[in-house]
Amino acid sequence: MNAIITLTKRELFHYFATPVATVFVVIFIALNALAAFQMAQLFEVGQATLTSFFNMQPWLYLFFIPALTMRLWAEERKSGSIELLLTLPISTAQAVIAKFLATWLFAGIALIGTMPLWLTINYLGDPDNGVILASYLGSWLMSAGFIAIGQCLSATTRNQVIAFVVSVVVCFVFVFIGAPALLEAFTQWLPTRAIDALSTLSFSGHFQNIARGVLDLRDVLFFIVMSTAWLLATWAVVERNKAE
Amino acid sequence: MITVDKLHKRYGDVIAVNDVSFSVSPGEIVGFLGPNGAGKSTTMRMISGFITPTSGTVEVMGHNVQTAPTAAKRCIGYLPEGAPAYAEMTTKRFLHFVAEARGMSPANARSATDAVTEQLNLQSIFTRPIENLSKGFKRRVGLAAALIDDPKVLILDEPTDGLDPNQKHEVRQLISGVATDKIVIISTHILEEVEAVCSRALFISKGRVVADDTPTALVKRSKFHNALRIETDHVDQSLVKALQSLPSVQQVIPEGGALVLLPSDSATIQTEVQKFAAGRGLAWTNIHTMSGKLEDVFRSLTESEEAA
Repeated sequence: MNAIITLTKRELFHYFATPVATVFVVIFIALNALAAFQMAQLFEVGQATLTSFFNMQPWLYLFFIPALTMRLWAEERKSGSIELLLTLPISTAQAVIAKFLATWLFAGIALIGTMPLWLTINYLGDPDNGVILASYLGSWLMSAGFIAIGQCLSATTRNQVIAFVVSVVVCFVFVFIGAPALLEAFTQWLPTRAIDALSTLSFSGHFQNIARGVLDLRDVLFFIVMSTAWLLATWAVVERNKAE
Repeated sequence: MITVDKLHKRYGDVIAVNDVSFSVSPGEIVGFLGPNGAGKSTTMRMISGFITPTSGTVEVMGHNVQTAPTAAKRCIGYLPEGAPAYAEMTTKRFLHFVAEARGMSPANARSATDAVTEQLNLQSIFTRPIENLSKGFKRRVGLAAALIDDPKVLILDEPTDGLDPNQKHEVRQLISGVATDKIVIISTHILEEVEAVCSRALFISKGRVVADDTPTALVKRSKFHNALRIETDHVDQSLVKALQSLPSVQQVIPEGGALVLLPSDSATIQTEVQKFAAGRGLAWTNIHTMSGKLEDVFRSLTESEEAA
């Protein structure tokens, strides 16, 4: 446990030791605000909700999370520091968990940075704060899924750019798989059952359920299972590739 | 105690380490020697728990590296080849991180960081990011990290690579200094280093241990051990032939203006050569017995392997 805390601290430190943190948080908040006010027409809709803001969130994560996760293992492998890390008296699993936790905490910090929007909406009207809280928690939970995917793909390569691009593509699949347009297109090719199965893998679908304010255990479990599965995959990939 | 038993490592069709067995006791400083790609680093990586052997076992202070990796790694201070570190961290933060990751409390980690900083003279770069350090300093930061919690076993992959002669000397002294009750395994290309610090040398070639002995004993395997090097004013073919015919001389090798006589009988060669000179009215301007070089042994052991 102590080892995980030490490693998590180091990973978190990395974000703040470099300009990564500032750049990331500032742009993340700016784009979120833009999404909320401009693209989702917060004012024109005339309702005091953050629904439209949260609807944009899967699409923002699509690019932002791979930007955070791309270096997690690719950099360690390229610089050789992985040899230092994995010969410390820690296990590979602890390193995987620590990298995940650090990135997840950092994503949480960025998310907290958007909270002035929440205050603004309360100032402007009378939103359902319970729904907004659920949406924030759901958003953070969803980010865990993206981070677990990104970390796993970062472990497959020594090249951060490849890690980023492949992560965006895979994350895109998990976001887009739930889009009605896509599901409609598939109705011609696939039986309904298969389409139902596909749409249950959708990040945006599960997130929107939570963001509606319906905290269904199944949606929460989906992200937990998804993250755990990708973390296990990360562990396997690191064990296999570490010395190459 | 380190026990390496029938260690193999295979990458696809390539056998990197082939049936390596040896054991090392506390107080020994073992030097791994061998050409590039001989399997030195691979063996060290398997001992330090970084890579898993294809077969065979490694035990470090009673802990099996495969089945109890954390306990084994706790005993080992390891400097990987090239001394990788986290470039964006300062020396201070990096060493503190390594100390904590090795299980020290924050307070102990702080004092250990200070102690090792002093031991390796890192005060001047204590608060500088590692990415801005020279090669020599980076190496010393890596050494400091390996030494930080005074581990019972030190595995150092090319610890003096990239250091200037003064720094090399310092690091060798440091290794000899800390080694009294430890197991130290170093790998190096520098043969003088083995003679300077190691109590035992393992020659590795093509993934196998081809020699395992003290440097002094290994030097004796040199064909130049007890050879006679003579200089005289006038060297010609007839002199070489005449020397060649002496019973205690096995071979005569011209070397610049001098002649090197390989002995077939090292006990009598000196007197016989002196007698020969007296008989011919020759005077040697210089004559001395050679002790041989580890380099010759290295070459003969690793080249014969390659030829085979």
